[in-house]
Amino acid sequence: MTFILVIEQILNGLQFGIMLFLMAAGLTLIFGVMGLINLAHGSLYMVGAFAAAAVAGLTGSFGLSLIAALAASALAGVIVETVVIRRLYNKDHLDQVLATFALILIFSEGTRWVFGSFPLFLEIPEYLSGPVSLPGGIQYPLYRLALIFAGLLVAAGLMLLIAKTRIGIQIRAGENDREMIAALGVDINKLYTLIFALGAALAGLAGALVGAIQSVQMGMGEPVLILAFVVIVIGGIGSIKGALIGSILVGLTDTLGSVFLPQLFGLFMDTAAATNIGSSLASMAIYILMGVVLIWRPTGLFGARG
Amino acid sequence: MNKQIQALTAVMLAATAFGFGTVQAETKVGMITTLSGGGAGLGIDVRDGFMLAIKQSGRDDVEVVIEDDQRKPDIAVQLADKMIQSEKVDVLTGIIWSNLAMAVIPSTTAQGKFYLSPNAGPSALAGKGCHPNYFNVAWQNDNLHEAAGAYANSAGYKNSFILAPNYPAGKDALTGYKRFFKGELAGELYTKLGQNDYAAEIAQIRASGADSVFFFLPAGMGIAFLKQYKDSGVDIPVVGPAFSFDQGILQAVGDAALGVVNTSQWNKDIDNATNKAFVESFQAEYDRLPSLYASQGFDTANLLLSAIDKADVKDADAFRAALKSADFASTRGEFKFGNNHHPVQTIYAREVVKEGDVYTNKLLSVALENHADAYAVECGM
Repeated sequence: MTFILVIEQILNGLQFGIMLFLMAAGLTLIFGVMGLINLAHGSLYMVGAFAAAAVAGLTGSFGLSLIAALAASALAGVIVETVVIRRLYNKDHLDQVLATFALILIFSEGTRWVFGSFPLFLEIPEYLSGPVSLPGGIQYPLYRLALIFAGLLVAAGLMLLIAKTRIGIQIRAGENDREMIAALGVDINKLYTLIFALGAALAGLAGALVGAIQSVQMGMGEPVLILAFVVIVIGGIGSIKGALIGSILVGLTDTLGSVFLPQLFGLFMDTAAATNIGSSLASMAIYILMGVVLIWRPTGLFGARG
Repeated sequence: MNKQIQALTAVMLAATAFGFGTVQAETKVGMITTLSGGGAGLGIDVRDGFMLAIKQSGRDDVEVVIEDDQRKPDIAVQLADKMIQSEKVDVLTGIIWSNLAMAVIPSTTAQGKFYLSPNAGPSALAGKGCHPNYFNVAWQNDNLHEAAGAYANSAGYKNSFILAPNYPAGKDALTGYKRFFKGELAGELYTKLGQNDYAAEIAQIRASGADSVFFFLPAGMGIAFLKQYKDSGVDIPVVGPAFSFDQGILQAVGDAALGVVNTSQWNKDIDNATNKAFVESFQAEYDRLPSLYASQGFDTANLLLSAIDKADVKDADAFRAALKSADFASTRGEFKFGNNHHPVQTIYAREVVKEGDVYTNKLLSVALENHADAYAVECGM
C-alpha cells in the first residue's frame, strides 16, 4: 500500500463522484421543484450516450458528439415532459413510479429497435487519451482528469445559475411554494419543461462522457440511477450543493471501500475470506453511509423539507 | 376420468403407436433465452444460430417456441412452467446465464423433459447434480478459464493478477484459472456484478508488479475494463476467456482489444467443412459474423436434429441414447459427450485481429486438447 496508490484511488473516487453529480443534479432539481420521482432519468443518460456514439461514428468528432448528446437528451426530455410527465404532477408517487418505469421499458426497446442489440463503440478522442504524469510520480489517465474538471465546471455553472439568475430565483421559488409563484405570473408549465430539459441534458452529457470509457449499451442508465437516488437522499432533496457533496461522498466511499476494505480484513484473516467479506461489505458501504446520514440528519445533509 | 375420453385416448395412442394417420409425430422445442435488455446480444446469437440450423434442415416436423426471459430468473421459471404444462414441449433449450439455468434446469429434467444447454454450464449440474436428461452442448463453466490458465503457463507467465465479478460464475472462473495456472498470484479481486468503472482495480494492477492479468468480465463489463485498461497506460499482457472478445462486443471495444489472447472452443477459422458452411450461411442470412454463442446455438440444433432422426422424442430412453451418441457434424470438428453429458473438447487460444474494418479473432494454438471438466468424476452416470 503506497501513498501513490492512495492518491490515485482518491482521484478515482472523485471522478466517479463528479460524474454521479451530473446525474444527481437533474434528478434532485426535478424531484425538488416538481415533486416528481423520475425513474426514466437513467434512460436519458442512455439517450445521451447513444446519440454521442452515433454522431461520433458518423463524424469522428468528439466535440460534436457531446453537443449531439446534450441536444438529443434535452429534446427527449422536452418530449417526455410535455407528453407524459406533465400529467403526473398532481398524481401520487406510485403513479409517477409506474409511468416513468414504463418509460424505461419504452426507451430501452426503442433504442434496441433503432441501434440493435449489440453495444456501440464510443472512443476517447486522441488528444485526451493516455496517461499523464502528476507530481509525485502518479500516472493518471488524462481523460479522467478532464472529467473531474468538466464536472466541476458544470457544478459551478449550475450553482451560479441557481444563485444569481432570474431562472434560478424562479426555480428556488418553485421549490418553496408552487402555487405562489404561479400566482405571481410565472409560467409554471414553461418553467417545469425547462428544468426537465436541463436535467435531461445533464444526464445525457454524463452518459456521453462516461460512455467513452465504459460501454454504450441498453440498460446502462439504471445502475447509475440507483446511485443517483442514494446521492440525492444523502444530499437532501432539491439541493444542488447537497447533490455535489453527496455524490463526492458516495464516489469516495464506493471507490475507497472496494479497494481498502478487503485489505483491512486481510490484516487478520486469510486472503480468500478477506476478499470475499471485504467486497461484500464494500458493496454495502454507500447504503450504510446513507443510513448513517439519515439517522444524523433525517432530511439529508442540505435538505430543507421534512 | 370420463370413460369415453379414456377410450378415445387409448385409440389415439394405438394409432400413433402403429403409425396410423398421415401427420408424423412432431417434436416441440421450447427456447427460453435473453432477447431484451442488457446482454440480449448473446441470446439473439444463440437463437439465430439455432434457427439457422433448423431452417437448413428443411424439416417441418420440428416446432420451436421462442420466449424472452429478460435475464430474470423468475421470468425464466414462469416461462418454463408454461412451456412444459400448456405448450407441452418435449425439449427445452436456450438459457444463457448460469443463475437462470440453475432455476430452470433441475425442475425441467425432474419432470422428464430434456434440456439442451447452448451456453450456461454451472458446476453444480456437472458433478453430483448431473442428470440423464440434461445435456450441455457448450462447455462446463470452468473450461475456458482452465484453458486460459494453461495458456498462461505456456506463455511463460509466472505472476498473475486475476479478477472476476462476485457471483457464482465469477468464482468458477477464478477457480478454473487457478486449477491450471502454475505461477504465483500477484492479486485476486472480486468486483461487483455489473460494475462499469475499473479505475480502482487498474490502479491495484499497476501497483501489484504482476506479469500478466487474467480477467473474466462478460459483455459490457469487459468492454469497459478493456477501454479503461488501455487508456491507463498499464501494459501488462492480458488473457481471458472468449466472453469478453466475442464477435458481438469486439466492435464496441475497438483497438483496445487488438492482440489480446483469449480462449474459446470455437472460432470462425476452425478448419472443417461444417464450420465453413456455417460461417458463410450465417453471414448470408443475418449480415454479420457469427459469434461463439451463435456456433453453440447452431450445434445445439444440429445435435437435436440428429437425435430426432434416430429416435422418437416420446421414447425417452432411445432419444437419450441418440443424444448421447452426438452423431452430428459440429462446427468445432469432433464432438463427444463425457459421462456427465458435458462436452469433451479441444479449447484453443485465439488472438484479436483486425480484418479490414472488422475486429475478429484468429486461431493461435491449442490450449487444452480433448479436455473434460473437473466435475465429471463426481457424476454418478
